[in-house]
Amino acid sequence: MKSTFIIYRYDPEVDTQCRYQEYSLETAPTDKILDCLNRIRWEQDPTLAYRFSCAHGICGSDAMVINGRIELACQKLIRDFRTANNFVIEPLPLFNVVKDLIVDMNPFFEKHRHIRPYLINDTDAPERERLQEADNQQFIEPALRCILCASCTAACPISRANPDYFGPAALLRSFRYLFDSRDAATGSRLAQIDSSDGVWGCKTMWWCTDVCPKGIPVTKCLGQIKRLVKEKEKDRT
Amino acid sequence: MNHQYDVVIVGSGLAGLRAAIELGEDTRTAIISKVFATRSHSGAAQGGIGAALGNEEEDHWKWHMFDTVKGSDYLGDQDAIEILTRDAPRTIFELEHMGVPFNRTDDGKIAQRAFGGHTSNFGKAAIKRACYAADRTGRVILDTLWEKCLQRGIDFFNEYQIMNLTVRDGQCCGVTAYELATGELHHFHSKSVLLATGGAGKIYRTSSNAFASTGDGMAIAFRAGAALEDMEFVQFHPTGIYKLGILISEAVRGEGGILRNNEGERFMERYAPTIKDLAPRDMVSRCILREIQSGKGIEGKDYVFLDLTHLGKDLIASKLGEISGFARTYAGVDVNKEPIPVQPTCHYMMGGIATDTDSRVKIDDQNQTIAGLYAAGECACVSVHGANRLGCNSLLDVLVFGRRAGRSMRRYIHTIGLPSLAGDDPTAETAEQIAKLMNSTGKERSNIIRTEMQAIMMDNVSVFRHKDALRKVMDKLSLLKERCQNISIQDKGRCFNRDLLDAMEITYMLDLAEAITLGALNRVESRGAHFREDYPDRDDQNWLVHSLFRYAGQEPPQFLTKPVTITDFEPKERKY
Repeated sequence: MKSTFIIYRYDPEVDTQCRYQEYSLETAPTDKILDCLNRIRWEQDPTLAYRFSCAHGICGSDAMVINGRIELACQKLIRDFRTANNFVIEPLPLFNVVKDLIVDMNPFFEKHRHIRPYLINDTDAPERERLQEADNQQFIEPALRCILCASCTAACPISRANPDYFGPAALLRSFRYLFDSRDAATGSRLAQIDSSDGVWGCKTMWWCTDVCPKGIPVTKCLGQIKRLVKEKEKDRT
Repeated sequence: MNHQYDVVIVGSGLAGLRAAIELGEDTRTAIISKVFATRSHSGAAQGGIGAALGNEEEDHWKWHMFDTVKGSDYLGDQDAIEILTRDAPRTIFELEHMGVPFNRTDDGKIAQRAFGGHTSNFGKAAIKRACYAADRTGRVILDTLWEKCLQRGIDFFNEYQIMNLTVRDGQCCGVTAYELATGELHHFHSKSVLLATGGAGKIYRTSSNAFASTGDGMAIAFRAGAALEDMEFVQFHPTGIYKLGILISEAVRGEGGILRNNEGERFMERYAPTIKDLAPRDMVSRCILREIQSGKGIEGKDYVFLDLTHLGKDLIASKLGEISGFARTYAGVDVNKEPIPVQPTCHYMMGGIATDTDSRVKIDDQNQTIAGLYAAGECACVSVHGANRLGCNSLLDVLVFGRRAGRSMRRYIHTIGLPSLAGDDPTAETAEQIAKLMNSTGKERSNIIRTEMQAIMMDNVSVFRHKDALRKVMDKLSLLKERCQNISIQDKGRCFNRDLLDAMEITYMLDLAEAITLGALNRVESRGAHFREDYPDRDDQNWLVHSLFRYAGQEPPQFLTKPVTITDFEPKERKY
């Protein structure tokens, strides 16, 4: 089957503004969109730039906009689209484009770093493992599926409106540590995100949940954080 | 641009990150990686990490050691395997203390499950030894260690491609790297360098490996004088998704999944009566292909079924969520209702840069080293995996030996000052290489050469091998190497020039493919993952030795051997 790919192009060394370039390619229903991009690059245009690595949805490199929706290029097959012969491919929104489909993810990872994404527990560790209830581990399990592809944050309308908002991905990582029974920094973690740039920035619009390629209920996890903030407030009064 | 550090680590997978943590806050450490750190291929490890914790049933490190030795088909060095398995429980507890979210038992301990080739009491029955976090164990460890490094403030240079090692008077004192976003060359001047660059599975057509797994570190070290070891031992994981090679974890069989042929028969019962589907990977891969050869592939094609329909929705959802998604997305299969079509896929390099147990890189069979140069993880060969790696021993390897690399570099850097580079420009050689490539008017394209290499390696140097085919492959590879001289780069830009990267990667892979094939040709026996149709038996008399390869430019590598270290377990027939 012949498919057409209309791809967003921008080369900072040449272009003053972005443009769209059309490629056509013989495709099979089981081809991944990433396979198609690779073939365009190998067979037609070696200058096309995009990120990729594992090619099966675990490294998180290749989130992009395919026919108007944020997807992982390696996790979507030709057959997954109703308009199977026409594709428009664009870089993730929200971030600055570096070249073609490659965006500058530094602001995303800056926010990630900001929420202190590591276990904080100053008590002496036992000789063997710290015990943790299986239910507690299962409670944070959805957040462990996160591959830091930035789809949720790129989709989030609040992130687009408020550049200081932590964004769903960073808050999801916050959830992962807040609810881990081995973490001892609940108070200071909550204090850090109890603001309109933090968890209250979330207006429960579900876009993050909708686009998450790993099926993580991001909005729900953020809701758990909000509930925890309220509970702790009540405890104090 | 020039940088100065005590230690430069190349590769941001688990070996590199673990080494960085071990180096401590008082060591100036840089990690450079061709991909952003969390994209490293360690994150694709699914099933688990082995350690004799005994949380689910009685276990001892010595049993783990025996299984690893036997799994290696007695080629693994037993002193190194003892270090690996003895240090395993400590390694797991340390990960847990750092925050790794392992699945738990009902009493709150780290949960464990069965895995291929892991047994109790020296081979009596399968044992639960693999610690896991669902089927995304590598990913959660990668995230945890990366975040630990963020906390430590370690300097990451993401999307920097290593180009050359700087070696002066037998001492490694830095690396030259190419910044993908700008095309700028950087020199990292350091007292010590760790290569933790992972595997080279992209040498083969069907592979579970990431696009980044092109063996850059192995090839660069090889060219700089390091010896490669046991390269002919390439692991084909039995259960890649048909045609795609995407990994379906051994954890599926650890949790009770069953391989079936076109008659619905559980054929592994015939080949490995004691542990059946949990036999080691080399054996299961061969058995699958034997079934296919005897006409028992599904619909007469070259795949079999991996059946988990009897495991139950709850178990699948809580412990095998990731692979259920892969089967649904890529094979259109609902694992609760239908079996997954699978076939062997290139998965892991047992061979790599020859190192001692303190991760120092060796140059020959006399244990001479390149001062300051270290290697750990899949790119290295200690050797703990010998002729065949057991499942869930690779995460253990990268963490145990990544830590040891960090520890020995830490000792080393206190004994020397920053080596002098005496006024020369260490990036000059690399700049020349790049200019030559960029200005080449040759007619060859790297992707065509790569496709040809992947096809001949897959068809002739994978699970089954034969002298006649291997000879032809050697000739073909040398032709492909020649054709590489005529690759031209069509992308003339400096920003994310993937065309240039492809052209470099193919030369790395060809050097390694040549070592793999030469080893496969010279080793006239069958052992572990190396199976010669024309020499189907193991030959301990002549071949209980490691293969060593030394770089010889356009010529095929020089081939040497060195003895295997045997301490506790004398070689025996390998039956399961």
